[in-house]
Amino acid sequence: MDLNIEVNDQGLSQSIKLAGEIDAYTAPKLKEALLPLVKKENVTVVVDLEHVNYMDSTGLGVFISALKATKEYDSELRLVSLQDRVRRLFEITGLENIINIDSTVRGGK
Amino acid sequence: MEPFHHNFNLDNYRKLLKSYITTEDETSLYQAELFSKLSMQHNILPEEIINIHIQALRELYPDLPKEIDSSLNFLLETMISYGLAYQEFQTLREKQGELESEISIAANMQQTLLSTHKPKIMGLDIGAVSVPANIMNGDYYHFVTDENGNLGIAIADVIGKGIPAALAMSMIKYSLDSFPETQRNPSVILENLNRVVERNVDTGMFITMFYGLFHAKSNLLQFASAGHEPGFYYCAKEDKFFEIKTKGIVLGVTNDTTYEQFEIQMEPGDVVILLTDGVTECRVGDRFIDTDEMLEVIREYLHLPAQEAVERVFRHFEKLQGFHLRDDFTLIFLKK
Repeated sequence: MDLNIEVNDQGLSQSIKLAGEIDAYTAPKLKEALLPLVKKENVTVVVDLEHVNYMDSTGLGVFISALKATKEYDSELRLVSLQDRVRRLFEITGLENIINIDSTVRGGK
Repeated sequence: MEPFHHNFNLDNYRKLLKSYITTEDETSLYQAELFSKLSMQHNILPEEIINIHIQALRELYPDLPKEIDSSLNFLLETMISYGLAYQEFQTLREKQGELESEISIAANMQQTLLSTHKPKIMGLDIGAVSVPANIMNGDYYHFVTDENGNLGIAIADVIGKGIPAALAMSMIKYSLDSFPETQRNPSVILENLNRVVERNVDTGMFITMFYGLFHAKSNLLQFASAGHEPGFYYCAKEDKFFEIKTKGIVLGVTNDTTYEQFEIQMEPGDVVILLTDGVTECRVGDRFIDTDEMLEVIREYLHLPAQEAVERVFRHFEKLQGFHLRDDFTLIFLKK
């Protein structure tokens, strides 16, 4: 299955909508789209994961790279609308404590 | 170049061509097929065959219409580009073969570097299976014993697949081996490993690990986890499975992490089940099996000796997924 990436560029506030699966095959595509966005000073990048029904550890690797870049560029990364299966991955790996995950909007079926 | 078969020459081709044009019989077609097979064996380029065809044709029919004659030149030029592309393709195919053999050497070396002995511990039955989805395994487990008969168990999953993952695993193994016996405390081990990984791997690469220390005399299992897929504890007295709850971030992301240590007092008949996400993320068609289904399968084989049990569970899931693993699969049973 493929990953669809939709970027909405509004200057300092960027949003990126993902749909599909994030795995070893699609993660490079996500990395290519996400990293340049967070590598701009003071931007906020909101990643909408409502339509991501599967993510493996390769996907986590992309978000960790992005998080490390935000520290370098003083930018901000936020993940919203995670499905339960994807959220569980962030919980198990302890990454929910260091990545800003919006807990109010919870997606998933 | 070795002398080519006598069939490959202009005279021969001209005769074949003439015989086919005049009689249209099958034998010449068959001869032509042999001719092209031989040409391939001797690395004759396609444009050379076209060239021979053109020469033969011109000798047979010196008065070819001008248009046909120049169209043959056109065909020859076209085949020259085709021939170049084909040669490139052949070269790539050879290179691919070389790479494949290098990867299989690396995979063998990985097995040698990372091999671990399953130790014999009094009163503990150990079973372990680890099967890569591709050639190189990104999962890893390691057993180490100390002079008091205590057992250290590590199970890990490195993200990023293939060769970089295997190299990172070797680093982990040698760090694990270098810790003195007096510091085999699970939380201390993970804290030290975290620093090693954080300093030495690429951003975006990380490792999850569960580390346990089983005290043979007291049957106490102490453990800590760095973001690893939670295992399960089968309590024989209650005949129930419990998820082994832990806290702790994956190795390699922050440099000053601490790992909380937990413990389980094992009783006779109890089983500790350690695994990687290749087990829990088992897919049947489009659907993931849920935890209860997975535990039902494990329960079915739990009465067997530990090694036989893990192998049977693996074969069960392998079959369920149509013998195609999407992720590396590692499963360990520690039976009291």
